[in-house]
Amino acid sequence: MSSYEARFKVWRGDSAGGGLEDFAIEVNEGEVVLDIIHRLQATQAPDLAVRWNCKAGKCGSCSAEINGRPRLMCMTRMSVFGPEEVVTVTPLRAFPVVRDLVTDVGFNYAKAREVPAFVPPEGLGAGEYRMQQVDVDRSQEFRKCIECFLCQDTCHVVRDHEENKGAFAGPRFLMRVAELDMHPLDAAADSGIDRKRAAQDEHGLGYCNITKCCTEVCPEGIKITDNALIPLKERAVDRKYDPLVWLGSRIRRRGK
Amino acid sequence: MAEVERQQWDVVVVGAGGAGLRAAIEAREQGARTAVICKSLFGKAHTVMAEGGIAASMGNVNSGDNWQVHFRDTLRGGKFLNQWRMAELHAREAPDRVWELETWGALFDRTPDGRISQRNFGGHEYPRLAHVGDRTGLELIRTLQQKIVSLQQEDFREHGDYEARLKVFQECTVTRVLKDGDRVSGTFCYDRESGRFFVLEAPAVVLATGGIGKSFKVTSNSWEYTGDGHALALLAGAPLLNMEFVQFHPTGMVWPPSVKGILVTESVRGDGGVLRNSEGKRFMFDYVPDVFKAKYAQSEEEGDRWYDDPDHNRRPPELLPRDEVARAINAEVKAGRGSPHGGVFLDVSTRMPAEVIKRRLPSMYHQFKELADVDITAEAMEVGPTCHYVMGGIAVDSDTAAAREVTGLYAAGEVAGGMHGSNRLGGNSLSDLLVFGRRAGLHAARYAAGPGADDRPRVDEVQVDTAAAEALRPFSAEGPEDGSTPENPYTLHQELQQTMNDLVGIIRREAEMAQALEKLAELRVRARRAGVEGHRQFNPGWHLALDLRNMLLVSECVARAALERTESRGGHTREDHPAMDREWRRANLLCRLADPTGGLAATDAVRGQIDLVRVTTEPIRPDLLALFEKEELVKYLAEEELYE
Amino acid sequence: MATGTDPRPKSGTAPGGGVRDGTRAAIAAAHLRTDRWWLAPAATAAGLLAFVVYSTWRAFANADYYQAPYVSPFYSPCLADNCAPMRSGPNWEIFGNWWGLSPALLILIFPLGFRLTCYYYRKAYYRGFWASPPACAVAEPHKKYSGETRFPLILQNIHRYFFYAAVPVAVILTYDTVLAFRDEHHAWGHMGLGTLVFLVNIALIWAYTLSCHSCRHIVGGKLKHFSKHPVRYRVWQWVGRLNARHMQLAWASLVSVALADFYVYLLASGAFDDPRLF
Repeated sequence: MSSYEARFKVWRGDSAGGGLEDFAIEVNEGEVVLDIIHRLQATQAPDLAVRWNCKAGKCGSCSAEINGRPRLMCMTRMSVFGPEEVVTVTPLRAFPVVRDLVTDVGFNYAKAREVPAFVPPEGLGAGEYRMQQVDVDRSQEFRKCIECFLCQDTCHVVRDHEENKGAFAGPRFLMRVAELDMHPLDAAADSGIDRKRAAQDEHGLGYCNITKCCTEVCPEGIKITDNALIPLKERAVDRKYDPLVWLGSRIRRRGK
Repeated sequence: MAEVERQQWDVVVVGAGGAGLRAAIEAREQGARTAVICKSLFGKAHTVMAEGGIAASMGNVNSGDNWQVHFRDTLRGGKFLNQWRMAELHAREAPDRVWELETWGALFDRTPDGRISQRNFGGHEYPRLAHVGDRTGLELIRTLQQKIVSLQQEDFREHGDYEARLKVFQECTVTRVLKDGDRVSGTFCYDRESGRFFVLEAPAVVLATGGIGKSFKVTSNSWEYTGDGHALALLAGAPLLNMEFVQFHPTGMVWPPSVKGILVTESVRGDGGVLRNSEGKRFMFDYVPDVFKAKYAQSEEEGDRWYDDPDHNRRPPELLPRDEVARAINAEVKAGRGSPHGGVFLDVSTRMPAEVIKRRLPSMYHQFKELADVDITAEAMEVGPTCHYVMGGIAVDSDTAAAREVTGLYAAGEVAGGMHGSNRLGGNSLSDLLVFGRRAGLHAARYAAGPGADDRPRVDEVQVDTAAAEALRPFSAEGPEDGSTPENPYTLHQELQQTMNDLVGIIRREAEMAQALEKLAELRVRARRAGVEGHRQFNPGWHLALDLRNMLLVSECVARAALERTESRGGHTREDHPAMDREWRRANLLCRLADPTGGLAATDAVRGQIDLVRVTTEPIRPDLLALFEKEELVKYLAEEELYE
Repeated sequence: MATGTDPRPKSGTAPGGGVRDGTRAAIAAAHLRTDRWWLAPAATAAGLLAFVVYSTWRAFANADYYQAPYVSPFYSPCLADNCAPMRSGPNWEIFGNWWGLSPALLILIFPLGFRLTCYYYRKAYYRGFWASPPACAVAEPHKKYSGETRFPLILQNIHRYFFYAAVPVAVILTYDTVLAFRDEHHAWGHMGLGTLVFLVNIALIWAYTLSCHSCRHIVGGKLKHFSKHPVRYRVWQWVGRLNARHMQLAWASLVSVALADFYVYLLASGAFDDPRLF
């Protein structure tokens, strides 16, 4: 395959309005969608706004929706489209648009602040931490997250319901809660923070109806639903909805 | 000119990569109200690209390791040109900086006894790199980011405002460091999203902007790496040090064209990957330089044994310092023994079971599968050198990270020079960020709270207006004749990258560098006519037009210094001066702005914008020299240095 | 900075604005997907619907569920007086003779509840029947959404109790499978085609039951330190491997249980004779 001319539709505009604009643009072997957007910038639309950084799927900046699906532009090879196919690129549709392909992802940074940070265990100095690999495996999977916010974008809880943004942290930050709750040395419980309960009461875990779109779009292949959200739901059940567990913990506390 | 918004802070940190965030954390913990300003979103800095690990002599895997050995390796790697005090501080403090990350929630890979696992890397005598698979940089940036958030949560509890004492200005660019006499008074910035200008007034500014790789065509660096901090320092009157030393990472992807330059981590070799040419030969055995002969295996058998029994075998030559490997690959390709797309083969598929490869090198597996459609568990990768890191940078005081000649200016991380000498070892970058990021934040905060705190420097209105006018120029640019079209900044950038790549690249020749200076002068003239369409709101063409100034300044520094240094050492290879010259070891090259008022007029290629001076370095402290064998020192140090 | 965390001005549109909310990129289409995204939810809905229709018919039929030595999994254990007598089969007349409806209804409530609250089936019917969402990045038709935060959907949280109940049911079905190693005269040591059908079914039932997310949590997922519980860790890993195939197992066991019942129906209604193997 050598180069060919592809047809693109790119959303251009800002918060005041905008629409899809047509472009015809050269595509060469081995290129990804981000390359084409860059070629548009260099040759046809110098002020086309787009976020990007590493171009290797590691930073999570170039999130957009390509043919209606949330994806990283740098990891979407042009070879997945036929030469005749029109490729439509729009900004993320769950967040307020700033300009062209750039959206205001401030929602995510606000949510990040609402999750209480790692609480270091008392009496353990730097250099004294001992953790087994099997105990850090689970949290390490979640720490692969590159914060591209594609899961936040695709999640219908906020994508389709702007009014839920206040109550719902989104898959990325519920996963952060799970990550900390599974951290072998996190001492939140000792400082009076109940992450399991907070997941349900403060971060809106109950809104999640486990329809798995977050897992489907994750470019890092993190099993967000199966390994973070559902285990977190089960942990919340331990705290809030399971009288047996509640009784057991009461008895154990009595015994102490 | 319209009124520009002003805010008052104690410390302004420019850049939110590893060094910038570590500096901000330290400054805030010292009590300074700290602002961080970064071009990208918070948490996207180039540090995320670091794969291999953080070098720190914790001795978790091999207890023979200690700071002295790390220091020795660092100096060897840098060919003794390192600012030795920095290398010493770095080796001594790195373990504490890594351990501290764990108390902030970092989760490194573990040893069987539960400590932080450490891996082998080029140039390091012992397994030394704390890592998380091959995404260590991500872990580092995320941990620092989350630490910042936790400090903000603390402030929220105390003041009801997350940003009371620590604020991150995302997607904003600094175009000028403002001064009051010799002292820093603040920064002039614009918000990329709105195009709005604003001024952060502060007595102390920490530059932590990273590198310059975007001036080269084949690079592992992202768009942010336009040498902003280097240029800001120059324009503020601070000198740059040894800018000729640019590291070409030996293993970047070479195909497909759109990803050319993207990094293939050194861990591939540290974990057993080997380099072969088109004849199937492990050619690195032919390229072990004399200074390293005693340390590296002479046969494939010995090299292979080393992975399992490092105490009784010498390491394979694939793990030589990066400059050596990059040159060797370059030579093989030139000799016609390259791979189909102009690289060489890097193979793990015949060295490890597919399962192990996927576990130890997950993002490499992912990267090749997704971007090149290559399954690295079944076939060899094609790799070639790519511009990766600049060892040169802002000349700083080793202990305080303070830039020379400008009071209140600090620099840390890649933007600071000296630490790595002529060549950086893999893994030393992340530890550098932490060690000197912390030091810069500490000393910036102390300075801001110090004796002069009551007499804060004032931001001069004229400087603000000048900076605003400079930033707006691309909107009114015109062609050489009245009414003709202005220059396209994208075209200028491409020409600059091509020039630096071809003429001041991995192998350098005098005539080519002179030619490069001519071309840079031409580009400088044209860059003044770089124009943009549209308005100020998130306009990438405009942003690039402004970054061109920085790239041109820095590129000229690189070219001039490279032309001046008539020897080959580390990241600087001269075809016309192929040997290392012991006399040059003591020489540092400093770049300063030719016009001290900060003007950028000079279009004459010979004169240029940059003045170069040669200075002699301080001799290495005797107790540090005593860490080396005499026979080794003879190879690096001039006669008189040896007998001092 | 608008990319920071400063509050944005509230959007002008009413709740339910979703992707057409005033602050978002102005795109009228509910989605721009070009692939056949509707295929998966449509197939899911069709499959589930087919099962519901079939199982409703069979559950209310109250006939043709026993043909020695086989008892339909829909009617086992049989807890009412009106059950067909099954020799040494699971005939436990707990409910006595006041129960006049099909005895299947008494026991089906448990597997039904288990599957209804199952994390996979939830996804399947939220998407397939309720279109919430129909597919990823396809706007859902509902104005409001409160997920599983309120009654009745908050009851999904009791899934683990249905898991507890599903285990004895699976044990009884295992017992039924053992009984299937008899011939029609209740003599041991025989096998027919039905025995094979029952074997496959019970294997899938167990695999589905044990691959349950609640099970994964209970056996080890709730632990903070795997290294201190090596046995539970091993079990957790094992359940985790099954759990990765929870969806496939959910469908396979749904089909197999219906087939096992249908097989018994064919025998009991005389439409088919069980081929005996030995």
